[in-house]
Amino acid sequence: MNQEELKTLVAQMLREMSPAAEPQVKGSEYRPTAPVPQASAASSGESLPDITEIDLRKQYLVENPADGPAFRRLKEKTPARLGVGRAGPRYKTITQLRFRADHAAAQDSVFTQIGPEFAKENGLIPVKTCCESREQYLTRPDLGRKFDEENSAIIQKHLPKHAKVQLIIGDGLSSAAILANGMDCAKAIAQGLQAQGLEAGPILYVENARVGAGDYVGDLTGCQVVCILVGERPGLVTAESMSAYITYEPHTGIPESKRTVVSNIHRQGTPAVEAGAHIAQLLTKILQAKASGVDLLRGEAS
Amino acid sequence: MAEQLNSVGIDVGTSTTQLIFSRLTVENRATAYSVPDMQISGREVIYRSPISFTPLLSETRLDAPGIREIVAREYRNAGVRPADIATGAIIITGETARKENARAVLEELKTFAGEFVVATAGPDLESVLAAKGAGAEAYARQTGKPILHMDIGGGTSNLALIEGGKITQTGCLNVGGRLIRTGNGAITYVSPVLRSLCALRAGMPVELTALENVVQQLVHALESAAGRNALPVPESLLTNRLISLPPGQIIPSFSGGVADLIDHSPADDFAYGDIGVLLGRAIRKSALCAGQYLLGRETIRATVIGAGCHSTQLSGSTVFARNVAFPLQNLPVICLTEQEQNAPAAALHRRIHVLRQRWETGPAAIFLPGLLSPSYDALLDLAQRLAKILPELPAPRVIVTGTDMAKALGQALATQVTGPLLCLDGLSLPEESFLDVAAPVSGGVAYPVVIKSLVLQ
Repeated sequence: MNQEELKTLVAQMLREMSPAAEPQVKGSEYRPTAPVPQASAASSGESLPDITEIDLRKQYLVENPADGPAFRRLKEKTPARLGVGRAGPRYKTITQLRFRADHAAAQDSVFTQIGPEFAKENGLIPVKTCCESREQYLTRPDLGRKFDEENSAIIQKHLPKHAKVQLIIGDGLSSAAILANGMDCAKAIAQGLQAQGLEAGPILYVENARVGAGDYVGDLTGCQVVCILVGERPGLVTAESMSAYITYEPHTGIPESKRTVVSNIHRQGTPAVEAGAHIAQLLTKILQAKASGVDLLRGEAS
Repeated sequence: MAEQLNSVGIDVGTSTTQLIFSRLTVENRATAYSVPDMQISGREVIYRSPISFTPLLSETRLDAPGIREIVAREYRNAGVRPADIATGAIIITGETARKENARAVLEELKTFAGEFVVATAGPDLESVLAAKGAGAEAYARQTGKPILHMDIGGGTSNLALIEGGKITQTGCLNVGGRLIRTGNGAITYVSPVLRSLCALRAGMPVELTALENVVQQLVHALESAAGRNALPVPESLLTNRLISLPPGQIIPSFSGGVADLIDHSPADDFAYGDIGVLLGRAIRKSALCAGQYLLGRETIRATVIGAGCHSTQLSGSTVFARNVAFPLQNLPVICLTEQEQNAPAAALHRRIHVLRQRWETGPAAIFLPGLLSPSYDALLDLAQRLAKILPELPAPRVIVTGTDMAKALGQALATQVTGPLLCLDGLSLPEESFLDVAAPVSGGVAYPVVIKSLVLQ
């Protein structure tokens, strides 16, 4: 097929696709299909409704559905953005805005520092890893697992030596997760330990923390088990997900397989206090088994 | 790591006594790095007994040794020892539950059947078990269609409305295939519920037109219950209540012995010595079957399979127990509303008082809707309020919440309340119900429970 034939073919296809009868819309004739809002809330001084308050499991945007109630029941089971309808080939405005709002919340929780009041108000012992800034924290994971001499001295001064359990709260990749769940979970752990006759002791707060910071604390204090609550990398479903990493006989360089993890601690996942109660029991089990991570599971299986 | 529980279902019904054994598979559905989530993932029937007539000593007394012998024989035939049975339910259904010695028979069977086999009766639970056992609930869940399930047995028809895959209402009518029995060309029995509806009495000769007239009245009651006619249901045919139907098309679904006679009518009108054949045929011709209708995957065995496979539920997988001896049986439930939960002392005082009048002493289960992802302070506050009142109840103290918080609540209570303590969550206990709790699965992670709507008095 030569070029001329191809041109003719394309021209013919285009003609077939757009019926000749359909007139072209001129810019001056354009009318938006949605009604124009009477007066914008912003100009009247009122605040706009917060679209992130809408529960995505309850928001169903398909127009004229064949079976709306059935779809709504499916939606109750997932926070995924299903049944969002469409405007032509695109998302509806509210879907697009919500997506950007959730993305912004995720970004914010990575870049926001918790601030010194958090540790002060909750009676935590505040320290920093070797990261000098949030930017450095993000690019140098290795520095997020270490303490300089000054901070090491604080840890050695304030934390007991050879404690059975050392609790740590670290900001990790989500400050929002720690603010939402950190203390509720830690208090539930402390109470659960107390019910089993164990003392939780003073709690360390680590700024710019990676999970491995707990291993370094193990080196410094010789604790038997370290449990670090850390903000997880935020997603678009929630920016408030926290995890607990529990390591028996922690020390720098310990393999990741030695960690027991309880993840998905947030309002829509496992509630913070219930997770705390579970972690407390898990800590007792780990102390008894003298193992965590894969070793613990192997012990259970045998 | 799946775990298996052997379960038994025993149904002592108006006309038949049946038994099944089933195997429930319990599995952790959560990933290794999150809090466990135990679920019953499989329900397999491994033995079905033949269907025996329920032995009676008289019209008002059950033949207890006779029933016990049937059950003992089926355990032998299936090669199952009572000690192998982890859970299950014995249910006395329909007219049988009204016999004088029903409770005594239940208690006797219960001690024989296995350590954690619950005894129960009552049309609400029966309706739920029949709808699940027949597969109507599973069908509704898969298709999302609204269904009215009718389990039409010998003495009663158990109704269950299923909307959005969930059973939302139950009801019961005194409509069944053995309300009139026949033999040698004569009527041998007429149920008291029919006395006001017809002049037929035992001893009269069998006359087809007269019997068809009565059957038509029964079918009218079923049609009315399904919204297919506007005739009132006679008082005497109402066991407890009707279902208030939502608008729109609802598909009728059938199980029970009579369901087998809807699509297949034997040549002999009195093949079973009762009006079952006539009733099945009349249902087929009625407005109930004018459009789409369903026959259960199980028909005559729906209730017993429901009792064996669907009576047991699992609690949530983060729970708390201290020094509790299992199984716990027949705990009356004290339901607190969301408001009462905020001030439980006053409400609990009142409820415990009411309970005392009816149930004398003995432990109870307190049900709270629970708090949704509470702060630690809110949790502690609730625990402190509960701790003040719990010592008024005899041990073990049992608290059940709807929301996921039992382990944290239990640990908070543990330091403030002495003695045996159990906190479960992930369950919904209705008013006027009773709770049975079996020994835990998976080393204490979750507890099998049976929620019963009524215990024979």
